[in-house]
Amino acid sequence: MTAEKSGWKQLSADRMETQFADAKPAYSDSEAAIEAHRCLFCYDAPCIKACPTGIDIPAFIKKIATGNIRGSARTIFEANMLGASTARVCPVDVLCVGACVYNDLNHQPIQIGRLQRYATRRALEMENSHGWRLFTPKPGNGKKVALIGAGPASLACAAYLALEGVTPVIYEKDDLPGGLNITGVAPYKLHMEGAIAEVEWLLSHGADLRTGVEIGKDIRFEQLVEDYDAVFLGAGLGSDQLLGIPGEDGPGVWGATTLIREIKNRAGFSLPSAVKSAVVIGGGNTALDIARELAMLGVAEVKILYRRTTREMPGYCHELEGAARYGVTLVENLTPVEVVREGDRVKAMRVTSTKSGETEDYPCDWVVIAIGQETHAGRLYSGIKVDGKGRVIVDEKTRQTGNPNVYAGGDCINGGKEVVNAAVDGREAAFAMLRSWGTAAGPYNRIPGQRQ
Amino acid sequence: MADLSIDMCGIKSPNPFWLASGPPTNSGEQVMRAFDAGWGGAVWKTLGDPIVNVSSRLGAVDYYGAKIMGLNNIELITDRPLEANFKEIYAVKKRYPGHAVVASLMVESKEEWREIVKRSEDAGADGLELNFGCPHGMCERGMGSSVGQEPKVLAEITSWVKEYASIPVLVKLTPNVGDILDPGVAAVEGGADGLSLINTVKSIIGVNLDNLVPLPAVGGESTQGGYCGPAVKPIAMHMLGALARDTRVTVPISGIGGISDWRDATEFLALGATSVQVCTAVMHGGYRIVEDMLDGLNFYLDDKGLSSVNELVGLAVPKFKEWGELDLNYNVIARIDAETCIGCQLCYVACLDGAHQCIHTNQGPCQAYHGKPDHGANPRTEVMPPEHHTAGNGAPVQVPFVDEDECIGCNLCSLVCPVPGCITMEQVPTTAGKESWNDRVARGLA
Ligand SMILES: Cc1cc2nc3c(=O)[nH]c(=O)nc-3n(C[C@H](O)[C@H](O)[C@H](O)COP(=O)(O)OP(=O)(O)OC[C@H]3O[C@@H](n4cnc5c(N)ncnc54)[C@H](O)[C@@H]3O)c2cc1C
Ligand SMILES: Cc1cc2nc3c(=O)[nH]c(=O)nc-3n(C[C@H](O)[C@H](O)[C@H](O)COP(=O)(O)O)c2cc1C
Ligand code: SF4
Repeated sequence: MTAEKSGWKQLSADRMETQFADAKPAYSDSEAAIEAHRCLFCYDAPCIKACPTGIDIPAFIKKIATGNIRGSARTIFEANMLGASTARVCPVDVLCVGACVYNDLNHQPIQIGRLQRYATRRALEMENSHGWRLFTPKPGNGKKVALIGAGPASLACAAYLALEGVTPVIYEKDDLPGGLNITGVAPYKLHMEGAIAEVEWLLSHGADLRTGVEIGKDIRFEQLVEDYDAVFLGAGLGSDQLLGIPGEDGPGVWGATTLIREIKNRAGFSLPSAVKSAVVIGGGNTALDIARELAMLGVAEVKILYRRTTREMPGYCHELEGAARYGVTLVENLTPVEVVREGDRVKAMRVTSTKSGETEDYPCDWVVIAIGQETHAGRLYSGIKVDGKGRVIVDEKTRQTGNPNVYAGGDCINGGKEVVNAAVDGREAAFAMLRSWGTAAGPYNRIPGQRQ
Repeated sequence: MADLSIDMCGIKSPNPFWLASGPPTNSGEQVMRAFDAGWGGAVWKTLGDPIVNVSSRLGAVDYYGAKIMGLNNIELITDRPLEANFKEIYAVKKRYPGHAVVASLMVESKEEWREIVKRSEDAGADGLELNFGCPHGMCERGMGSSVGQEPKVLAEITSWVKEYASIPVLVKLTPNVGDILDPGVAAVEGGADGLSLINTVKSIIGVNLDNLVPLPAVGGESTQGGYCGPAVKPIAMHMLGALARDTRVTVPISGIGGISDWRDATEFLALGATSVQVCTAVMHGGYRIVEDMLDGLNFYLDDKGLSSVNELVGLAVPKFKEWGELDLNYNVIARIDAETCIGCQLCYVACLDGAHQCIHTNQGPCQAYHGKPDHGANPRTEVMPPEHHTAGNGAPVQVPFVDEDECIGCNLCSLVCPVPGCITMEQVPTTAGKESWNDRVARGLA
């Protein structure tokens, strides 16, 4: 099924995520120009090294400053095909922006993510209005690659392959492509519309998308290995892990990604007015996200209960501060032991202190469990190996699994990092495939007169 | 993608972007890295009898926190042995046969010119550029700008070189003259195949107020230097345009002076430059700046529907006129967009003190006396602005407004406004046809 035919472009406006405004609104032309002119155009810049995809950040910002938006967007996309969504969802404070030399000068660092959003957005608008394309795919070379999952990892891989004349066929079990960019990332960073526009653009370079097809159920993995020149596994992570404690089964207890997905995607979904307080279990970014989302949606009291201390938590400091701004509080050193119910209704979360061993009840109407997601990709195919945490083992450089024709990337190999990590995995896998067939990839902006 | 390749009086290069003679073209190793980065050509650091340079050599003007709006230098020609330079030119040409390598030369006697022209050709240079422009150090020795300021001497030396050279000869002009047409036309008459301009402008970059030594200081003293960088671009463009539209100038021109990005370069090309040369911007940002120049120019040409950079050359020249030819019936007035105005009042004070007192606020009476008793006390109500909007903190934004009958259309307010697109200059419709000063003189009206 092609993108146009599947009908996934018609989105209901009746989704809770539409209640969230952008935490970092889009720049106007003049705002972008002012910020771009501030960039020092550092050489061998630390921001480039802090970006997992290694975008030439000073170059793309300089091009915004000179009004070369098209060139700017190309500089971005050449390194990161998901430059449009990563501009909005990347934890820039711990990546590029955190590395900006202005931090050392006690000046506000350059807002790289917002500039990247500006360049990619304006360039894609201009593609529509001016009738040119940033990238022209090379003629077909007869190679076919199957990609499992239509999340960021596969989408990046497919786009680079398509530009090189390979035919990518993406199999996605859901009705919607986009993976967690559509179902997971916080709505104050990115709405479905933005994520879908990006998917459409990526697919427009010539990728075949087949939604509603689950590999391992509808089609055997082995079949893909047989039918295609290579297979890319970008299946992400599985469903939410649960605590396995009494009272967990039943209404009022949510897996975090399940609830986030309801908020973001489900037409007509709303929070029952009876939900006045919620407890979130976990200490990662998903816990911080859902806590902030609930608080922003009007849940009066949102508490995160974490088994260790904030210093040890995997969630980012800036995200914790972000949640705190909406009244979210975090209590340290607590182990969940039981969801206390009154009849069907959740009454409280019972925990014991890891310090004193005492048991305490935190009254709440909902409990959200955000302690991680299952790893499932390793089970799909016997030709790949997984590590102790269930992560698919790949060659560090090529992203090849035990079967050299099967590549993998994204959350299924790293256990759950960021969109930008999935993007670089997809790129590197695509380039490794091309190398294995004796074709060199890109660069896509070769200009007459430049030495190759 | 448009064709960027050029042929400048027989000197071919894959694109019009050349490095100007200076520190970035001091050695073969540098020029090779520059070509790898994308530069299409390089004019070698001026060769001549090696000299001794001083330390320090450079000074700069920063502007509101932006570094190097203008750069000044007291560096002379190459201080490396000629033999080494020629060897490196040879090596560069061997590795980059399709790129342009131009030897910049400056010597004194006819014999010396013969000798250095021959050695340049033997080294494989694609062309020669005669440096008649350096305004410090060399001119005191009867070279550089002391030649460039004497059209007769300039023409004579040019004709010597033409006598010996079999490769194209460019003459590089100094801007330190009363009328650039004098040396420009003299160079063409002397047989130059092309012109390059500008070299640097005589300058003192600053004075250290602690010890009262001018800058850049060499011990406790300094000397006049040559000014270049973004600040000199308008001067360079005027000289380029003046030459480009003069019918006596029949040779192609290489534009130099303050070019920092593709926009600057494109303006030079439109004003008649066949190639452009860059020095200061590379000293500031490195060879890598050419990437944006290439891609920016390319996209610009695509958007304009031009298939080759050569089609762009000179497109603005016919529109560069004498004042007397401009239309006196053309009028613009300022319009302030209340929606985007941030209320800084910079246009207000600029017009009040620096222009024609026709922007007002409704904060009390107009401060200017217009000779109209009712004007100052009571700004005309029909030009009162629409409702004021509020800033992020809820404070009202005070939007100034233009008395359109008073506005003379000078542009100043739109130039000081920090918000792009907020103040626009709108044409006043008129039924009168075009009439210039020259027309009036011809009709006996002036
Ligand atoms: C709540 C939450 C918030 C996040 N916020 C951010 C953020 O702000 N910034 C950021 O950079 N990252 C964020 N991340 C992480 C980011 O979303 C992931 O790292 C990224 O999406 C991983 O991409 P992927 O392609 O590997 O997997 P996914 O995005 O998970 O995509 C995998 C796709 O494969 C499909 N699939 C799985 N199995 C099969 C099968 N057998 N057959 C067919 N299809 C299959 C799935 O349906 C899914 O569409 C967040 C993650 C979560 C959970
Ligand atoms: C440090 C320095 C040294 C220069 N040396 C030379 C030279 O040897 N020969 C020459 O023709 N021009 C020389 N120039 C002038 C440049 O080639 C160029 O004409 C001038 O700098 C204007 O261009 P720009 O604004 O891009 O710098 C020098 C300029 C600088 C800044
Ligand atoms: S730029 Fe290089 S040569 Fe010049 S003063 Fe600094 S270190 Fe010395």
